[in-house]
Amino acid sequence: MTDLLGFALFAAALTAAAWALAAHMTRIYENAPARAERGLYRLAGVRADVMQDGRSYALAVLAFNAAGFVLLYAILRAQAVLPLNPDGVGAMAPHLAFNTAISFVTNTNWQAYSGEVQLSYLSQMAGLTVQNFVSAATGMAVGVAVIRGFAGRPLGNFWTDMTRSVLYVLIPLSVVLGVVLILQGVPQTLLGAAHVTTLEGADQTIARGPAAAQIAIKQLGTNGGGFFGVNSAHPLENPTVLSNMAQVFAILLIPVAFCFLFGRMVRDTRQGWAIFAAMGVLFALGLAVIHLSELAGNPLLGAGPNLEGKEMRFGAALSSLWAEATTAASNGSVNAMHDSFMPLSGLVMTVNIALGEVIFGGVGAGLYGMLLYVVLAVFLAGLMVGRTPEYLGRKIEAREVTLAVLAFLSIPLGILVGAALSATVPQAAASVQDAGPHGLGEILYAYASAVGNNGSAFAGWGAATQWQTTALGLLMLLGRYAVIVPMLAIAGSLSVKRQGVSTSGTFPTHGPLFVVLLIVTVVIFGALTFFPVLALGPVAEFTALRAGQSF
Amino acid sequence: MIRPALTLIAVMTALTGLAYPLAMTGLATAVVPHRAEGSLIVAEGGPVGSALVGQAFAGAGYLHPRPSAVDYDAAAGAGTNLGPTSAALRDAVAERRTVWEAENGTPAPMDAVTASGSGLDPDVSLVNARGQARRIAEARGVDLADVLAVLAAAERRPLWGLYGSYRVNVLAANLALDAAHPMPPAAH
Repeated sequence: MTDLLGFALFAAALTAAAWALAAHMTRIYENAPARAERGLYRLAGVRADVMQDGRSYALAVLAFNAAGFVLLYAILRAQAVLPLNPDGVGAMAPHLAFNTAISFVTNTNWQAYSGEVQLSYLSQMAGLTVQNFVSAATGMAVGVAVIRGFAGRPLGNFWTDMTRSVLYVLIPLSVVLGVVLILQGVPQTLLGAAHVTTLEGADQTIARGPAAAQIAIKQLGTNGGGFFGVNSAHPLENPTVLSNMAQVFAILLIPVAFCFLFGRMVRDTRQGWAIFAAMGVLFALGLAVIHLSELAGNPLLGAGPNLEGKEMRFGAALSSLWAEATTAASNGSVNAMHDSFMPLSGLVMTVNIALGEVIFGGVGAGLYGMLLYVVLAVFLAGLMVGRTPEYLGRKIEAREVTLAVLAFLSIPLGILVGAALSATVPQAAASVQDAGPHGLGEILYAYASAVGNNGSAFAGWGAATQWQTTALGLLMLLGRYAVIVPMLAIAGSLSVKRQGVSTSGTFPTHGPLFVVLLIVTVVIFGALTFFPVLALGPVAEFTALRAGQSF
Repeated sequence: MIRPALTLIAVMTALTGLAYPLAMTGLATAVVPHRAEGSLIVAEGGPVGSALVGQAFAGAGYLHPRPSAVDYDAAAGAGTNLGPTSAALRDAVAERRTVWEAENGTPAPMDAVTASGSGLDPDVSLVNARGQARRIAEARGVDLADVLAVLAAAERRPLWGLYGSYRVNVLAANLALDAAHPMPPAAH
């Protein structure tokens, strides 16, 4: 009961803050650039007032992300000889640096490495923190461009949208959250690891570093890559209950705000509430399943909640809230080890990711992902009543539906083909830690996480082999750009369509009927695509556990 | 495309990769240096640990932390990552339960037999802490009530009564035990 009250208070505070943030973001994306910004654009050769079409917007995204990839890869490979390396960390191996660079550029932040062991402070700051900001800003820019297209306006300019996302949204919020985290005890220092002698006389080396600044943006930008290997389970990454609540709030803040930003930018706030409602229902259902499963605990281990892989300060309830938030919102940071969650919790987390990260989703990415399902939902509704489907007064025609299906197909293609290969090729299957159906769950989770650009893992699974770093690296690219490019094309196509007149025959897209239709579309697409493999993985694991079987 | 891409990644690296983290470091070091540098607890002989990070305790006179997959190696924290149907997990938990109950003579709570996610969990549950009190009192040659009083003083409560669990910070409790009831010379 206390848990429910806590969840409800959290939801109310989050919704209110996101509503206020959306008002701020509307001004940011609709106002002309300030004077200081204009100097920056002149330096970069950007003509801020020139609108880009879908194609040139997409090319700008690709060019900027490619430059980011090259720079990050170079820093990771050269970190041993660069400054700010007090613990003498060596160069990262080529395949691991390839995987890590893609991972951070695509806003996935999958960690095949352990931060305190394999990264210098310079790599953490000038490498990863930068991509935490700009990969998030890339998602936000694309999200805003897609909204403009759906609103029938020109898509805008990637360079200004990206820059303004960093300057006016991400940096101010990161400074605030960073200060909160520092006050709660998250380290922010350039000193190397501390060496202490414990009360019983043993030596203990305590890794630390400039952590708080990076953790703030890791949460706000739905990045998720931890400063330390065990992410926000680490007592220095997430030391208190208050730091935990601030971080899980930050994970969802901008994704939720994007729903309301959508409503404001299309000049019909009801449309934003409808999408918020669909996402909110899916979120609450997932949270309920995870929370009840973790509270019920593991009958093989005895009575009590499941505390394996969980921190005592968070317990089952806050670990469940985080698990739902981080998988729904494409964040991927963890405050408990997902590999050790109960079978149905693992099922929900996998499904949250495999749907394409549309339950609030990544910053910007969650909204344009959900708009993909909106196109499919109004198409299905159109088929049912025999009318040409419309959304926000613009006709959804063959071109838009084809592009939406194409974007959608990249998700099952990447996850199912990738996971199938990894389960059958012996060299790849060796990454599995647990025997039995849970092993299949580990593979499925990893591939879903890469394609969905989530970044969390069933961490017992061996991600650092050459096969996995390469395969997952390529699939992160697929999961990111095979959705961005078609969505920008849809937006570009809608932006030049004339708005039709709303009649009594028009299907309203702001009422409960549409919300239900959208939820059903998301669930049916996800369920039909992934049900067979989920039955062999988490569902089989659930029934085995009920029968008292272990592996 | 090329010039804006290169210029803006350079500017963003300077701004978000150097200026932002270095400014935060400067601010943190100036205002709350103790917390910025890892909340180290310094005793007479030097630092004995971080107030936030768990450390291993095995002596009968000390409160014991939760099991750890890395034996409280704070340079490389990790969980077991074993799945719920893992036979290895089931057996490890059963063995820990036998040991814990033999040491303390009371049923083991769940947190005393399961490993944390970080391997560095600084806390144990209240039930876990109180369950160890009799053993600690015997080892230190004091009354059970004295140990329970120290543990109660080290108790942490849920935030606003809503979030998190009732728990005891192990290092803080052991420092308080050493201060209030020093170990008899024989047990050292």
